[in-house]
Amino acid sequence: MIRITLNGQVETLEDGLTVLALLAQRGLVGKRLAVERNGEIVPRARHGEVELTDGDQLEIVVAVGGG
Amino acid sequence: MNDPLVIAGKSYDSRLLVGTGKYKDFAETRAAIDASGAAIVTVAIRRTNIGQNPGEPNLLEVLPPEQFTILPNTAGCYSADDAVRTLRLARELLDGHALVKLEVLGDPKSLFPNMPETLKAAETLVKDGFDVMVYCSDDPIQAKMLEDIGCAAIMPLASLIGSGMGILNPWNLRLIIDNAKVPVIVDAGVGTASDAAIAMELGCDGVLMNTAIALAGQPVLMASAMKKAVEAGREAFLAGRMPRKFYSADPSSPTSGLIGS
Repeated sequence: MIRITLNGQVETLEDGLTVLALLAQRGLVGKRLAVERNGEIVPRARHGEVELTDGDQLEIVVAVGGG
Repeated sequence: MNDPLVIAGKSYDSRLLVGTGKYKDFAETRAAIDASGAAIVTVAIRRTNIGQNPGEPNLLEVLPPEQFTILPNTAGCYSADDAVRTLRLARELLDGHALVKLEVLGDPKSLFPNMPETLKAAETLVKDGFDVMVYCSDDPIQAKMLEDIGCAAIMPLASLIGSGMGILNPWNLRLIIDNAKVPVIVDAGVGTASDAAIAMELGCDGVLMNTAIALAGQPVLMASAMKKAVEAGREAFLAGRMPRKFYSADPSSPTSGLIGS
C-alpha cells in the first residue's frame, strides 16, 4: 500500500495505481480536469502510464465560477 | 460598427468581459452571460471533489470552451508560485490555451494586488508562453512595468474587488491608458451601468466585471444594461466629447429671428 496526499487529504491506495486508474475509481474519467503531481503537470496523454508512488502530492482541479 | 477588442493578436466582438462567480445556479450564469454578449468569461481553478459527489455538474459543460474564450484566473493566490502553478494547471485543463488572468493578492480584506509578486509571476508566465492579462493596482509606473514584461493586457482596479464603488480614480486610469500600447481593461469595482460607461469614456479598451451583474437584483437584466453601457461608453469615447465650458452657457437654439425682435 502507498500513502499519498490527494487534494490535501491523506489517502491509502494500492500499489501500482496509475493516475488514470485513480481517476476511474473516483468517477472522474472523461471530466474536464487537470492533474499535478509533486508540483509538475501530468499531461492527459500520460494519465495511463504515470504510476503513483508513496508520498506523492496530487492535486486534481476543475474550473469553477469565479471573477 | 466594426471595432473589435484585440488581445494578443486575437479579435473579440465584445468589450465586456464577465466573471462566472456568485450566481444562484449555472442556468442563471449562462442566461446572464448570454445577455451580456461577452466573448471572454473568467473562471477560477479549484480542487475537484474526489469522488464524494459523483455526477456534479461542471461549469465548462454550461460554458463550452468551443463557444466562449475561457479566461482562467488565479483568484485566491497570494504568491507568485501559487499563481504560476494554478495557471499551468489551467493550461492543461483547457488543452494548451494560453490566455490567462493573473492576479496575486496581497491582503484578504482589500483584495489589493501584491505588485512585487504580480510582477514576478508575470515574468515567469510570459517566458513560459502565456498571454497574460494582469489585474493590478492603478499605479501607472507598475502598469508600464507589466507591459514591458510583455503582458497582453493591463487590468487596473477601478475600486476594490466586489465593492461596487465605481471609478474612484479616473485620473490614474487616464495616465495608464495614455502610456499603454496594449489594451487597458478595468477589472474590479464597477457597480452599475454608468460606472462601465465612465470607464469606456475614459478610453479603457474594455471592462471586466462579475459581482455587479451577479449580485444585481435581476442579474440577466443588469447584464443587458452592462452590454449597452460598454457599447455606449465606447462610442462616446470614439466620437469625442464636446469641450466642457465652465461658468458659461451656449444656447442650442438660434439667437436671432425671435418674434418681437
